[in-house]
Amino acid sequence: MNSVTPEQYQSASEIADLVATREISALEILERHLNKIEEHEKDVHAFNLVTINEARAAAKETDKLISEGENVGPLAGVPVAIKDNLCTKGIPTTASSKILEGWNPPYDATVVRKLKEAGATIVGKTNLDEFAMGSSTENSAFGPTRNPHDLTCVPGGSSGGSAAAVAAGFAPIAIGSDTGGSIRQPAALCGVVGVKPTYGGVSRYGLLAFASSLDQVGPFATSVKDAAIVHEVIGGYDPLDSTSIKQAPNSFVNEIDQGVKKLKVGIISELMGGIDGITQEVIDQTNIAVSTLSNAGAQVEEVSLPAALYCLSAYYLIAPAEASSNLSRYDGVRYGLRVDGANLQEMNVNTRTEGFGDEVKRRIMLGTYALSAGYYDAYYGKALKVRRLLAENFAELYKDYDVLLSPTSPCTAFKLGAKVDDPMTMYVNDVCTIPSNLVGHPAMSIPFGSGKDGMPIGVQILAPPMKESVMYQVAHTLEKASQ
Amino acid sequence: MSDSISSDEVKHVAHLARLRLTSEELVTFTDQLRAVLDHAKDVEALELDDVEPMSHPLPIENTMRKDIPNPMLKPSDFLPQAPAVEGGRFLVPKILGEEE
Repeated sequence: MNSVTPEQYQSASEIADLVATREISALEILERHLNKIEEHEKDVHAFNLVTINEARAAAKETDKLISEGENVGPLAGVPVAIKDNLCTKGIPTTASSKILEGWNPPYDATVVRKLKEAGATIVGKTNLDEFAMGSSTENSAFGPTRNPHDLTCVPGGSSGGSAAAVAAGFAPIAIGSDTGGSIRQPAALCGVVGVKPTYGGVSRYGLLAFASSLDQVGPFATSVKDAAIVHEVIGGYDPLDSTSIKQAPNSFVNEIDQGVKKLKVGIISELMGGIDGITQEVIDQTNIAVSTLSNAGAQVEEVSLPAALYCLSAYYLIAPAEASSNLSRYDGVRYGLRVDGANLQEMNVNTRTEGFGDEVKRRIMLGTYALSAGYYDAYYGKALKVRRLLAENFAELYKDYDVLLSPTSPCTAFKLGAKVDDPMTMYVNDVCTIPSNLVGHPAMSIPFGSGKDGMPIGVQILAPPMKESVMYQVAHTLEKASQ
Repeated sequence: MSDSISSDEVKHVAHLARLRLTSEELVTFTDQLRAVLDHAKDVEALELDDVEPMSHPLPIENTMRKDIPNPMLKPSDFLPQAPAVEGGRFLVPKILGEEE
């Protein structure tokens, strides 16, 4: 197996401590990571762009501030990779689409601004499935990313570049976006921690919209504590995002060690064999996580989430419907690609036909169909009602349980090319992660053992809205047990 | 149960979405969209008359800010990014009138 993962990861919190106390410079930390990128990026292809010059300038600035006795943030000198669907001022942002090639956003996404203010060094823009539509990062206009644990396998998606960058040791932290599992599933397949915060808990300002009622920005890290630290940095109310929650929680690290005694944990039976296609080894590993929590003092019971059976169908109507509307802005007028035509409509058609890849076209057409007269009630309307049922199912469960547990991905990382010609088979990869997006709840994946093929398996922890603290406590308990 | 999507419908939807499909693409996309819509028949078949649709996870209506001027992007920040510009405005091909 051709693997490029490091023997050991250095945590973001350790780096920030060393840099802040001047044991090591931010620049030296950066150079070490740039060396790793230099060595293995040609095999992994985690990045669309490595911003070497900007990163060196930022690291030097951090070192200068520290030498002047200035207070630097909790991510001082920590290299961070940013998914290429988040705006970075003056730095190309492509969403891995030809339609945006060469576009330099005139502003930073709020999460990017907050990371910089916290002292982080932005090292580059990571590859993704075009406009975050996919589960393998094979739908990128710039070629696929490979899984650092086995270069013949996919890293998952759509934030596959971010997950791979962390797994390969290119950066201890990466940022992704999660619309149906696009942070958690690649985190599981690459053996790293990935968090989808509560909807509205992290600003979406500067995130290129895919499905606005589902999209959420979150961190990748090599430890639960690092993920919680980054979540604290990027979370909180943002007046620039009209769906931002005023009381968004942003304090998680202090309570991370509280353990799971007295907590009630529900295991979602539909995702433990109730739905076809979830492999036995993933279910077995989730059951080991269940015993671990039980041994640590939690009360664990199997529970039912009946609407979960219909989530895949509902999601693949709702997300394309929203996407078909959001992506109408790519018309060749204001930014990115224009392919000329005799009149406005012909120019629009030429631009979109040449600029979008197949999966994006598929979803735009699916969404347009689901919203069209005569089909709206049967498809989009029905899907919204399933969403309500699901929210009621969750609300009922959370009266009795603190968190829920399930696998993250139905299987370990698959080979490149294995599913790319069959969209429906690819969509099943999201079956465990979609429910949290539909209701806007937080959920995270942590690495927990591996499969027969030696590839990482992830366990998913789901929590009620704004209750990330409990989610991190459970994750931290499982993490300690698996080390 | 309604029929799955036909290739004529796919052609129509592509037109609405301002996309052009080759004849091979029309065949492939029709098959693929049909597979997804066939899967969605489980949802289509549910009796949900008394369930309220839920379009968004948060029960928010309108989000208004105070009417105070804030710094914002200037045309000079974004016009250079546009494919064609004239006189400080986005330039597009002819919209109305006969084609040449």
